[in-house]
Amino acid sequence: MDDSTSQILKQPRPLIYRWLGDRIFSLSIFTLGITVILCTAIMALVLYGDGASSIKEFGFFGFLTGKVWDPAIKMQFGAYPFILGTLITSILSLAISFIPALAVAVFTAEYSPAWLSHIIDNLVNLIAAVPSVIIGLWGIFVFAPFMRDTFYMNIYLWSLDHFPALLPFLGNPIGYGMATAILILALMIIPYTTALAVDAFKKVPKDQREAAYALGATKWEVIRMAVIPYARGGILAGVMLSFGRAIGETMAVAMLIGNKNTLPFTIMGPASTMPSVIVNEFREAVENLHLSSLIAVGFYLFIVSLIVNLIAAYIQRRFSLTGARTV
Amino acid sequence: MKTLKQRYFFQNLMKTFLIINTIAVLIPLIIIIVYVVVQGIGAINIDFFTQELGSPSRAMTGRSSGLVHTIIGTFVVDFLALLIAVPFGLGAGIMLSEYPDHKLNPLMRVMNDTLNGMPAVLKGLLAWALVVKPMGSFSGLSGGVALAFVMLPIIARSTESALMNIPWSIREAGLAVGLPRWRVVLSVVIPASKTGLVTGLLIAFARAAGEAAPLLFTSFGNNYMSATLKGWIFGPVDTLPQRLYSLAISPYPQWHKLGWAAGILLLFFVVMSFVIARIAVREKKY
Repeated sequence: MDDSTSQILKQPRPLIYRWLGDRIFSLSIFTLGITVILCTAIMALVLYGDGASSIKEFGFFGFLTGKVWDPAIKMQFGAYPFILGTLITSILSLAISFIPALAVAVFTAEYSPAWLSHIIDNLVNLIAAVPSVIIGLWGIFVFAPFMRDTFYMNIYLWSLDHFPALLPFLGNPIGYGMATAILILALMIIPYTTALAVDAFKKVPKDQREAAYALGATKWEVIRMAVIPYARGGILAGVMLSFGRAIGETMAVAMLIGNKNTLPFTIMGPASTMPSVIVNEFREAVENLHLSSLIAVGFYLFIVSLIVNLIAAYIQRRFSLTGARTV
Repeated sequence: MKTLKQRYFFQNLMKTFLIINTIAVLIPLIIIIVYVVVQGIGAINIDFFTQELGSPSRAMTGRSSGLVHTIIGTFVVDFLALLIAVPFGLGAGIMLSEYPDHKLNPLMRVMNDTLNGMPAVLKGLLAWALVVKPMGSFSGLSGGVALAFVMLPIIARSTESALMNIPWSIREAGLAVGLPRWRVVLSVVIPASKTGLVTGLLIAFARAAGEAAPLLFTSFGNNYMSATLKGWIFGPVDTLPQRLYSLAISPYPQWHKLGWAAGILLLFFVVMSFVIARIAVREKKY
């Protein structure tokens, strides 16, 4: 810095050095930067382009509402079971994880002493960074057998004896299925939601809290009346981002949901989601129609994910948040 | 109106609820990590780092196998991804922070966040359509492209915030001594935000290194070492997360053991990059 500055001060460079240099620099930066905008557009085009033959075959809404997915015999493809499976698993896991995630965030940001909240904050972020395939590995060998032996078998046997009408809704207690996937998914998005909510709480100004204390509120009343309402936007954006993550979560769900490609769904029985069917069948798809149907499922996943992310971006902008952290 | 006693009782009740809740949430998450470490540590031995996986018959006859080709492959694919993603990510980040008045910036920020939120499996489909389909074979390169799409928005985001951390007055000082704008960015702003930039790259690397879904149909996996560099780049390549998945759903107990060991190694990579990044962030003060 010192050298270059003094050098420039001694002998002024010609105007062309500034003018041309700035042009070249900004042009190359813009060229590289614009690709980020193009990426999403290219993704939409490519997914639609490669999925088009299947969407044409069954019709845009026909594919969306088709309940049969049969790559083996009838060669008929409908995405309805996967769309339903994705929505059920992600919404339920979000519903289960919301309160615990928020509670951890409130405890970390408001109640715990600084050293402890520092530890919990780091731990939560660390856990959010654990690859989902590792959670899936643990789920296959530990969680699913545990759930089967401890809960599903007993529930199944109980309803067999006392309440047989319930059986069609329960499904086979093999351990791999909807309930297992939803629970694991909830566990996985808790740290994510918590990290985003802690960020939102940290942005609440001190005055806000002090004003409430000055009115004689207890700590909990301060949190309920002054902190949470103020952080509402950030929490909402965090929930949307977690929802997007739950929709797109692939490996752990593919390893635990049991992969059944047709309706109807049962609570404990196997099902499929949009990402899980892509991962499970893409390597083995030989027929063109099968391949393009899988990509078409990806196209619908893209649309759902796009909508969720745009809503999250809108909320962030509306509440003028700087955005979620990258971990 | 509630009495003061009731209000304090309620506040203590909530505090207890929050403490119990926090413990209840953190315990299973810690259990997962501890379980992987305990299971995996026993399966890590010298064979794990020196042997290749080989065919299933090797596992069934009890001969030793390892994941050396997977470890090398992970580095090859992740390095290719960095090579592809860094220039574009840096470019986007610099554009966002140094040209804040550019009229494409709001769109770019939204698109970047959208891309970041896109499921990784879709990025794999994109890489499959852009690289695997035209080239006609699964390849390490296509895996690198897929992971580059994972890294790109993270790098852009972290570059932007790292450069934003540099006070605007420093740029003005550079301009005041007569530096053109491009020199201000290249020799003042970027060197000053070096820690932040490297941290962003590490976080992007850690995120991408754990992705299995996009690699299943791009780099595909391979049970053997490739003899040539060409084989590593243009042939099917094994990577840790994708191999972990294949091992976990395989029917051989010996491969399950390897799976736990692969899990501990993957966890180690990701956690290390994460911890280094976090420490670097803490020391960064302006």
